[in-house]
Amino acid sequence: MSGVRLLVGTRKGGFVLEADGKREKWSVSGPHFAGWEIYHMKGSPVDPNRIYVSQTSGWFGQMIQRSSDGGKTWEVPGGTEPGPFGQPKMSNRFAYDTSAETGKPLTTHQWYDGTQHPWEFKRVWHLEPSLTDPDTVYAGVEDAALFRTTDAGLSWQELPGLRGHGTGPKWQPGAGGMGLHTIILDPSDPNRIFIAISAAGAFRTDDGGKTWKPINKGLRSQYIPDPDAEIGHCIHHIAMNPKRPGVLFMQKHWDVMRSDNAGDQWREVSGNLPTDFGFVIDVHSHEPETIYVVPIKSDGEHYPPEGKLRVYRSKTGGNEWEPLTKGLPQGNCYVDILRDAMSVDTLDKCGVYFGTTGGQVYASNDAGDTWKAIVHDLPAVLSVEAQTLP
Amino acid sequence: MIRVVIPAHLKTLARVDGEIKLEVSPPVTQRSILDALEARYPVLLGTIRDHDTKQRRAFLRFFACEEDWTHEAPDKPLPEAVASGKEPFLVIGAIAGG
Repeated sequence: MSGVRLLVGTRKGGFVLEADGKREKWSVSGPHFAGWEIYHMKGSPVDPNRIYVSQTSGWFGQMIQRSSDGGKTWEVPGGTEPGPFGQPKMSNRFAYDTSAETGKPLTTHQWYDGTQHPWEFKRVWHLEPSLTDPDTVYAGVEDAALFRTTDAGLSWQELPGLRGHGTGPKWQPGAGGMGLHTIILDPSDPNRIFIAISAAGAFRTDDGGKTWKPINKGLRSQYIPDPDAEIGHCIHHIAMNPKRPGVLFMQKHWDVMRSDNAGDQWREVSGNLPTDFGFVIDVHSHEPETIYVVPIKSDGEHYPPEGKLRVYRSKTGGNEWEPLTKGLPQGNCYVDILRDAMSVDTLDKCGVYFGTTGGQVYASNDAGDTWKAIVHDLPAVLSVEAQTLP
Repeated sequence: MIRVVIPAHLKTLARVDGEIKLEVSPPVTQRSILDALEARYPVLLGTIRDHDTKQRRAFLRFFACEEDWTHEAPDKPLPEAVASGKEPFLVIGAIAGG
């Protein structure tokens, strides 16, 4: 019987939760990398037992961990011995490209006070394994840039065209830092990648990362004087159903948005949501017009409105939303759900999962109709990724 | 043999228990100890010092013989007690409240 594995990153370690296809009884292993911040864990679509982890610490910096057995054991790529030519381990070296060959040795971006500030690597926010090669992974980092490994995490190289396309000096950090947090690979076009940065906006490449274009038309952000600003938007997350790669859904700082032309133009689909602020958004695996968000009260109060934890589902691609509450706390609930902390499986019925800053991981094995907490008391959850196992 | 003590999280990464003992050619300095430590345990590269600049990470401190060596020049010889192995060289994570 097929099953599901959840990869849960938290403030104090990573956890692996597994269930069979019924998704009723779960095993929990962890904490892996105890005491470290695990921003993101994600498995290869080609080889589900190959899992990559972003492990980070204010004291010791960035580490990359890798598993080849579904999370039972882990290794730092190249960490146990020097490489074949005696070169040192580089799996946690994320050096910005300043080579002349790129033509744009971009080294500064806009700082909070409006001055220019050097690009400084802080951590990896998101890892996105290739759709075709288990050794190739993309990494979204803070300060915002896109890196790639083609040797299973041994070494990382920046795709400098993103920072170098011209607007880089105008990018500025949001309150959480200037992180590249969303990476979506288009299954229908290996040269097309979507990324999003807080608070620069969304970008798309159609040539494998050499050149990029901002895709923010239609976004309206009240703090930006120019309603048609090309960049500067605080995008929280973007989701896509792989079966329909031209349609994107976005949870912006405020507003839930939709694009039907690969980001060239966006329109608002917040509709009857109680608040359109939030972080997560995801799409049903089999119904591309069914989407999920978790409304959060406001940018100043990061918890559900009225203390009621409600997932909202739209079966119409937005605008018309219904609250999903069965099994979720409907009083005195003041947790947040961070941008990478929702995921779906590909079983029938579609499983939906999300984690909270209160340490709960909720699961629905019926597309959101009912919910159950798999765990109650983990550290604050930073990310949840579902793997559907054969 | 030089004795080195590193924080618990780095011991986990390096898969070691207790003190680390290293052969370090004189003069014994912060730099020569850290060079030897990283050569023996490549997994620690980048966790104590920057890969490229070799600057100490901001929230780590170096102590020896009950003295703070954090801000001393990396090539300044450490006390004879460290060079002889009588006293360890300590890498310590800065205390964070909260």
